[in-house]
Amino acid sequence: MQQIFNFVIRNKTFLLFLLLFGISLTLTIQSHSYHKSKFINSANGLTGGVYGTFNSIDKYFDLEEQNEILSKENKRLRQRLYNLDTTKDSTFIDSSYAISKYKVTVADVYKNSYSSTNNYLTINKGSNDSIREDFGVITSKGIVGIIDNTSYNYSRVLSILNTKSRINAKLKSTNHKGSLKWNSISPQFVQLEDISSFAPVKIGDTIETGGESTIFPKGIGIGTVNEFDKDISGDTYTIQVKLFNDMSNVGTVYILQNLGKKEIKTLENSTNE
Amino acid sequence: MNNVVIIHIVRFIALLLVQVVICNHINFLGYINPYIYIIFILLYPIRDTRITLLLVSFLLGMIVDMFSDSGGVHAAASVVLAYARPILLKTSFGMLYEHQSVKFSHTDLGSLITYIALAVVIHHTVLFSLEIFNIYSILIILKKTLFSSIFTSILSVLIIILFSRNRK
Repeated sequence: MQQIFNFVIRNKTFLLFLLLFGISLTLTIQSHSYHKSKFINSANGLTGGVYGTFNSIDKYFDLEEQNEILSKENKRLRQRLYNLDTTKDSTFIDSSYAISKYKVTVADVYKNSYSSTNNYLTINKGSNDSIREDFGVITSKGIVGIIDNTSYNYSRVLSILNTKSRINAKLKSTNHKGSLKWNSISPQFVQLEDISSFAPVKIGDTIETGGESTIFPKGIGIGTVNEFDKDISGDTYTIQVKLFNDMSNVGTVYILQNLGKKEIKTLENSTNE
Repeated sequence: MNNVVIIHIVRFIALLLVQVVICNHINFLGYINPYIYIIFILLYPIRDTRITLLLVSFLLGMIVDMFSDSGGVHAAASVVLAYARPILLKTSFGMLYEHQSVKFSHTDLGSLITYIALAVVIHHTVLFSLEIFNIYSILIILKKTLFSSIFTSILSVLIIILFSRNRK
C-alpha cells in the first residue's frame, strides 16, 4: 500500500498528464460521432455572448454585400410573384403546397468555420425561439446545414462542410437520388455519391435537395455538377458538386421547421411495428 | 507576487479573446490559422509547479475548443505542450534553465526562437493529427502543420518581443 502511494506521489505530474490527455482524447473521439458532441460546443451563453459582441462590429463591414444578396433575392421572389398563374383550377395541387408546411425563422450567423475537417456555424436563435435539433438551415442561394445542438439563445449548425454530414439530394432533371458528403478538401465542392449509373448526368446540371427526409423540403438548390466519375464498382456515379453558396461568406440564414414532422414520424413508427 | 498573478490572468484572457475572435478566422490561403494562445503556456512562470501549469493549459485548451467546436483537440495539444515544456526549456536555454534563472525578457533571441519553434511544432503536430484523425490524410496533416507552424512561430516571436518591456 505504502508503495502504491509512493508511486502515485512520485509520478503525480505524469499521472495528471495522462488523465487530462485522456479526457481530451475522449472528447475528441466523441466529437467525431454524430449527435454525441454535447458537452463542449459553441452553443452556450459564454461563447454566444462573446461572438455576439464582436459580430455586431463585424456586421458593418459586410453590409453592402448582404444588401446586394437581399435585393437579388427580392428580385427573384417578385418575378415569381408576378408570374404566378392565378387562373388555376382550385383542385390542382401545386408542388409549392409542400412549402407551406414549413415555418421559416431568420437568424444571424455569429461564427462560421470552413477550413477545418468538421465545420460548424453558431447562430443567434435557440430553444427560446422554438428551434430544435434537426431543423434545416438554408440561405437564399442554397443549403447550409442542419441544427445539431441548441441552448436557450443560440444553436450550433452542422455545416454541409463537415465529414459527418449526410444530406439526401437528387438531380433536378430526373429523380435519381444520392447522398451528399464532404471529403474535407475544398470548401467550394461537395460530393454526391450513390447516383445510379443509368442517370443522364451532364456537367452543369443542377443538384437539389431530394425531399426524402423531413429536414429539407424538396427542391432547394445545392449546386451544379462540376465533374463526375464512376466509382470502383462501376454501378454508381460520384459527382463533384460546386456549391451555389459561398460557404466562407454566410451572413443571414433561414431556419426551416417542418410542421408535419411529428405526423410523418408517427406514421413511420406505426408501420414499423 | 500579486502583481505577477494579475499579469498572467490578464494575459490568459487577452490571448484567448484574440485567438477566438481574430486568429480563428484568418484562414490565410484558405486554411492557415495561427494559434497564438500557446504564448501563455510558453511564458508561464518557470518556478511554478508543473501540476498548475498542466491544469491551466487544459482549461485554456478546453475554452478554445468550446469556441471552435473542435471536441478536445486544443486541450490535448496544450496538455502535451505543457508536459513537454521542461525538456524544451532545457534544450533551448541549457545552463540558464538548470540554474533556474531564465528570464524571458532577458534571454538572447536565438534561444528564444528555438524554444518557440520547437514548442509550436509539437503543439501543432498533436493538434492537426487529432483534428483530422485519419492516417490516410497524413499529407494534409503535414501540410497544415508545416504552414500553420511557420505562421504561429513568426507571430509569437513578434508578439513576445513587442510586449516584453526592457529588451535591449
